[in-house]
Amino acid sequence: MSSTEVIIHDEKDNVGVVVIEKIKPNQECNCWIMENDKSAKIKSISEIPLGHKIAMTDLKEGDTILKYGHDIGKVVKSIKMGEHVHVHNVKTKKW
Amino acid sequence: MEIPKSFLGYKRENGRAGTRNHVIILPVDDISNACAEAVANNIKGTIALPHSYGRLQFGADLELHFRTMIGTGKNPNVAAVIVIGIEPKWTKRIVDAIAKTGKPVEGFSIEGVGDIDTIAKVSKKAQEFSMWASEKQREECPMSDLWISVKCGESDTTSGLASNPTVGNLMDKLEPFGVHLCFGETSELTGAETVCAKRGKTPEAQKKFMKTWNDYNDFILKEATDDLSESQPTAGNIAGGLTTIEEKAFGNFQKIGSRQFIDVLEPAEEPTKGKGLYFMDTSSAAAECVTLQAAGGFNIHLFPTGQGNIIGNPIEPVIKLTANPLTAKTMSEHIDVDVSKILSRQMNLDQAGDELIKATVRVANGRLTCAEALGHKEFVMTKLYRSA
Repeated sequence: MSSTEVIIHDEKDNVGVVVIEKIKPNQECNCWIMENDKSAKIKSISEIPLGHKIAMTDLKEGDTILKYGHDIGKVVKSIKMGEHVHVHNVKTKKW
Repeated sequence: MEIPKSFLGYKRENGRAGTRNHVIILPVDDISNACAEAVANNIKGTIALPHSYGRLQFGADLELHFRTMIGTGKNPNVAAVIVIGIEPKWTKRIVDAIAKTGKPVEGFSIEGVGDIDTIAKVSKKAQEFSMWASEKQREECPMSDLWISVKCGESDTTSGLASNPTVGNLMDKLEPFGVHLCFGETSELTGAETVCAKRGKTPEAQKKFMKTWNDYNDFILKEATDDLSESQPTAGNIAGGLTTIEEKAFGNFQKIGSRQFIDVLEPAEEPTKGKGLYFMDTSSAAAECVTLQAAGGFNIHLFPTGQGNIIGNPIEPVIKLTANPLTAKTMSEHIDVDVSKILSRQMNLDQAGDELIKATVRVANGRLTCAEALGHKEFVMTKLYRSA
C-alpha cells in the first residue's frame, strides 16, 4: 500500500490532518478518507507539521471549516487549496 | 469478527455481574480514612478507598456525596462492603442503601470507641468478608452484563483521528448486544453541544442535555477569569494542531460512534431506563469522571489517550488505548491497546474496534489492566461547592 500523508475524517470535510512528521511545500500527498475508506490526493503549498490541517479546497473569508463533517470554525483570512489551516486563518465561532 | 457472546464474571445477588471481586473498606468521611486504611492493611484481599470529604456538606453537594458512596458500594465489581464513619447516622444511611443489593455490608462508627478498638472490630468482620468473597467463582455471563463507561484524557489530534473513533466503533458493535454505555465530560463537549443534543433519542433527553450543558456553561462564565477563551484549546492543543474548541469537542464526541443516548444522568446516578447509551453530567478531570461513572454502576472503562494519561480506578478496571505511536512507545506500560497503526493505514477502524472488543473481554474475564498492575487506584469525589 502506498504511504498515507493525510487523513480526512468525513467525505464532507474541507480539511485533512497531516499524519507524518511533516509535509513539505509542493509535496503530492495521499489522503485517506476514514468514513468510507476511500482515497484522495492533495498537493501542498505550505510546510505542515504532524497533527496540523491542510486545506482540501480554496476557502474564502467567512467560509466554514468542516472537520468530522461538522462546523469547527470560520475562515478569517482566505486560504488556498494545499495551504496550512490553523489559528492564523481560522477562528472559533464560539467566542 | 464475530462478537463474543459472553464473558466470565461474578454474578451478584441483585442480578448484576462484576468483572472484579473486591471487598472494599469505605470511609464515610475524611477523618475515618486512617481506620479504613489500617483495616485494609490488616486484612488481605480488602481495599480501602480513602478520600477527602464527607463532613459538613449540605444540599446537592451532600446528596452527591451519598450517591457516590452508595453507588460505589453497590457496584457489581464489589463483592462485600465495610462502611466506617465517625458518626452512626450517615454511616447507617450508606449501609442501608447498599444492603438493598443483597450483598454483605456492615457499618461501624468510631465516635465513643476510638480508632484502635474500631480497627480490631472491623478487622474481624473484614476477614470474614474477604474469605467469603475469595470462594466466589467466575461464571459465564452474557455481554449485556457489561456496563461500559468511556472518557478520554491528555488528548491530542491522534485522539480525534483514531483512538476515540475506535471506542465509537466498539459502541456501535456492542450496543446491539444489550450493553449499558456511558459518556460524560460536559465541559469538553463545548462547541459540539447542539450536535450532541441531537443525539438524544427523545425530545426529553435532548432538552435535558441542553439544560445540563447550559447550567455548566453559565457556571463557567460566572466563575471564569478573562483567561477562559485562551485556555480552550490549550497552548499544547494548538501546538498539536487543534485550532478551535469546536474541533476539540468533535474529537471527544467521536467516542460515541453513531449511537443515540437514552437519558441524561446526574453525576453518579445509576441508569434506570434499560440497555443503551447514557450521558452523565461529569467533570472532564479523569479521576473525578471515572469515579462518578463507577458509582453509576459501570463495571469496565475504556480510556483513549493521546499524550498519555495514566489514570486508574480502585473498583472499575480502566483500559487505555492510544493511537499516538510515540506515546505507545515511550509509555508502553500504561497502554493496554495500541491502535497507532490506524495513522499509517495498516489498520482500519473496523479492525481497531475488533481489537478493542477482544481486549475488553479479556479484561472483563480477569486480565489485569496496565493501571491495575501499576497500582493506580484514583478514587476522587466530585465536590459541587464549599462545605458549611
